[in-house]
Order: sequence, then structure tokens, then C-alpha cells
Amino acid sequence: MNLTSASTATNTVVEVKDVYLDFPTKDGVVKALSNVDLSINAGEFVSFIGPSGCGKTTLMRVLADLETPTSGSVLVNGMSPTEARKQRAYGYVFQAPALLPWRTVEDNVLLPLEIMGYGKDQRQQLAQEYLQLVNLSGFEAKYPWQLSGGMQQRVSIARALSVEPQLLFMDEPFGALDEITRDHLNDQLLRLWQQTKKTVVFVTHSIPEAVFLSSRIVVMSPRPGRIIDIIDCNLPPDRTLDIRESPEFLAIAQRVRAGLAAGHSYDD
Amino acid sequence: MTTSIRRKPTSTMPVLTVILAIIMIWYVGAINLNSPQIIDRYEKKGIDWSFSQLATDSWNMKRAVLPSPHQILLELKTTIIDKNVTSKRSLIYHAGITLSSTLLGFALGAGLGISLAVGIVYVETLDKSLMPWIITSQTIPILALAPMVIVVFGAMGISGLLPKALISMYLCFFPVAVGMVKGLRSPQPMLVDLLNTYSASKWQVFWRLRLPSAVPFLFASLKVAIALSLVGAIVAELPTGGQAGLGARLLSGSYYGQTNLIWASLIAAAVMSASLVSILGLIERRVCYRLAGGQEISNEL
Repeated sequence: MNLTSASTATNTVVEVKDVYLDFPTKDGVVKALSNVDLSINAGEFVSFIGPSGCGKTTLMRVLADLETPTSGSVLVNGMSPTEARKQRAYGYVFQAPALLPWRTVEDNVLLPLEIMGYGKDQRQQLAQEYLQLVNLSGFEAKYPWQLSGGMQQRVSIARALSVEPQLLFMDEPFGALDEITRDHLNDQLLRLWQQTKKTVVFVTHSIPEAVFLSSRIVVMSPRPGRIIDIIDCNLPPDRTLDIRESPEFLAIAQRVRAGLAAGHSYDD
Repeated sequence: MTTSIRRKPTSTMPVLTVILAIIMIWYVGAINLNSPQIIDRYEKKGIDWSFSQLATDSWNMKRAVLPSPHQILLELKTTIIDKNVTSKRSLIYHAGITLSSTLLGFALGAGLGISLAVGIVYVETLDKSLMPWIITSQTIPILALAPMVIVVFGAMGISGLLPKALISMYLCFFPVAVGMVKGLRSPQPMLVDLLNTYSASKWQVFWRLRLPSAVPFLFASLKVAIALSLVGAIVAELPTGGQAGLGARLLSGSYYGQTNLIWASLIAAAVMSASLVSILGLIERRVCYRLAGGQEISNEL
């Protein structure tokens, strides 16, 4: 397993070395992350996949400075996650849309721009631009409850993109959506990634989703949360959802599944 | 708005039925409580009496133990409609005095409660040190505290509105502080994380997330607080020796055995309290409707 083969000093966006994270709970210490090494390069689409409790979300929250590791070193854009967060180096899309109910769709997208102190004209323009990118032009004045779940999640993606971060963290963004909506948004996200050349870190528990979207898949396993395999996954860039029937797609999916099975203990 | 349309026809009848029942029980109670004195009087004068005469006399007795509803209505009419508003015998005049100290005390109490809540939520030492004191403060009976406050302020030459408002404030700030702390802490962790990913300042989180999330909790507390504020104002008017205000009217009513006056003042206080709570309820509806992005909400009082 060669984790750093593709990385060079200049274009490494995320560098994780020997990270451990323990959560103290009533029933003793939970080892959320154990001996995690990973580096992610600019322009990659990296998915973390694994069963619940494998630490995939925790690992992403460590990168985003929403959790602090017990030990080990983490660099985001060459600095500590806290510095990176303070410099607003990344956008984060949560499992739920996390929209403010008292703000319209447009005002929700404007939220990070207001906080980061963008000028009024620029704010409006960026909000318009990214709402258009997620196909939500014309819904600016609606309130979140007037939209479907898929549309709400697209608003939250537009909101994360509006500040134009080079790094995007997405924590099971489509987990709560139905299959058809999810397929559609996967397709849109792939186009978006190809257009914008952003670095995307993506958490999922769906094998087809991970294989379809990713350039690399990080397979994780629980108790303790650790990386058990990293799979290169370079499907043709012009792929459509139909590729899910192709032999190369199925071969990668098979390897992911094998990795998950190997790391999963069925004793408990 | 559809809820209120649906609500009205179903609620009018039950409400009327209950009011009717209360009035009937009241008249029966008036006979029960007033008849011993009336019968005494009959016996002294050696009058033969029938039950219907006893009932009529019990219902129209002067200085009755329990005046009957029409006597109280008459008292309300003479003290509200027949008296000039500036007259010391006008109930409106006294209600106005109580209202002004209720509103001032409410404003001070709400301000204090909100400030304390912000302090408690944002400053960890205040969280640990302040809450026990706030809770302790509410274990002191207001009836014991009010005369002291009035006397101490009186000795300093301060009387009238301010000392009364301070007693209202003392009662008011507690529910506001408790509700507001809960409200400011109510946003989902995910939304707090979201603003952290923007590296938002404490005050940006306060204005854009915590305060709007706290508003429904705040209104629930304010409705409790304004009713308590009125109680505080009335209690504060008792030790002033019956100068002005509904509390003073209650006191002079009990001095002189004018039960009609006591009941009329009580009803004025109840109507005032209910109106204040309803006004807050209406504002709450409008504000919460906006905060829900125009979605119909169903938190009826």
C-alpha cells in the first residue's frame, strides 16, 4: 500500500500523518481514528467509504478543524487545520442541508459571503452565479421549506461553492436523498468537479457513488477507525451514469467491497 | 390563518358554557356565603322570610362576603364609565398607574434577563457562578421583599414608579433569563459547525444564528414575565399605604370591607394581564411566522 506515490511537495493539499483520535465516553474510550496516514493532491476527488462508526466523518471533521486529533499531525494547504479554517480555505457541505429557515434561498447562499465581508455587488453576483450552477435560478426568493430535499441540498452546495474555495469537504451530502435524485446530483457533481478543478473530499457509504465520482477511494474500517485500503479509480472523465454497468467499474466496486468485507468484523 | 377560522366555531360554545356555569356557581355561592348575615338580620327584626327573598337579598347585600356578578359589574360601571379618568375614584386611573409600573418593570426585567442569558451563554465563568444566584433569588418570597424595597427607596427619597418597577423587574427577569439561555443554546450543532467553517466571529454567530433561534423561547418567557410583572406591581402597591394603583385599591377595599371594590380591582387586573399576554401572543405569531420563512406554525397559546 503506497499512500504517497502521487504526491509531490508543491501540490499536496491535505497531509495526514499518524493521526489518532480517542473519544472518552461513559463506557470507556472510543478509538475513532487510529494510525491514519493520507495525503490528498490538488484537483483530486477522494472518497472516504466505510460502515458507520469507521471514522470517515470524524477524519473529515479533523481536516476541517471541527475535531482535534489526540495525536499526530495534520496539514491543510501546508498549515494547521485551525489556520486553514481561519483563512477560510475550504467549503463544507453537511449531511443535512443546514439552511436557516428564516432566510430565503438567496440569503442562505449569501450567508458565508456576508460573514467573510464580501462587498454587496460581489455577494449578489456570486450568489446568482452559483445558484445558476446548481440549476436553482428562479428560486432565489423561496424559503427552504418550499423546496424539496434535493433542492435544499443543492442550495447548500451553492452556498459552499459561493466563496470559491479550492477545497471542498462533502459529508454524505446525498445520504438522505432518494436514489433517483442522488443519481442526478452525482452526475451534476461530477461535471462541477471537472469544470472547477477543485479538490473534493467526499464521505459516503455507497459503493457505486464512491466509484462513480472518485479519483481515489479510501476504504475505512471501524473499531478502531482506520484506513485499510486506498484504491485508484481513474474512470474516463466523460463518464455518464451508464458506466456503472461496465466491467472496469464493477472491478473497482468489487475491490472496494472486498476491502470493506476484510475490515469488517462480524463477531459483534 | 386557516387555524383560527377552523378554531372559532368549535370553541365559542364550550367557552360560553363554562362562563355560564361559573356565573351560576357564583350566584349559588353568594347565597351560601351571604345568607347567614341576612338571616341574622331577619331574626333580629322578626321578619318572616321566604327562600326567594333570601336569594334576592343575598345577591344585593351591601358589603357582601361574596358580591354577586351584577354588583361587581355595577361597581365596574361606576368606577370606569361614570368617573372622570383623572379622578382618584376612577379604576382606569389606578389601572393606568399599575400598568405603567408593570410595563417599566417588564422592560427592565426583560432587558436584565436577556443580558444575563447572553452573559451565561458566552462567558463560562458566568455560566458556573451566576445561575445558582439567579435561582436563589427566586426563592425569596416577593411579599417579604417588596416592603423592604419600598421602605429603603423611600428613605433615599425615591418613591412612586421606580421602586415598584424594580419589584416587577425582580419577578420578570428570571423566566426571561432561563428561557433565553435555553433559546440561545438551541441551534443545532450542525449549524454552529457551519458558521465555524466560515470562521465566523462570536457576534456574527450571535446575530445570525443564536438570536433568531432563541426568539420562540424568548416569547414563551416574555408571556410568563409580563403576567408576573403585573403581580409584582400590585404587590409593590400594597405597602405604600393605599396611595394609588390597583394594589392600593385592593388594600383600601379590604380596609373598609368594600368587597365590590376588591372584586372590581381584581377583574381589572385580570383583564389587563390577559390583554398584555394576548398582545405579546399576537406579536409572537407575526415574528415567528416570519422566522419560519412564512411557513404556517401551530404553537397556539
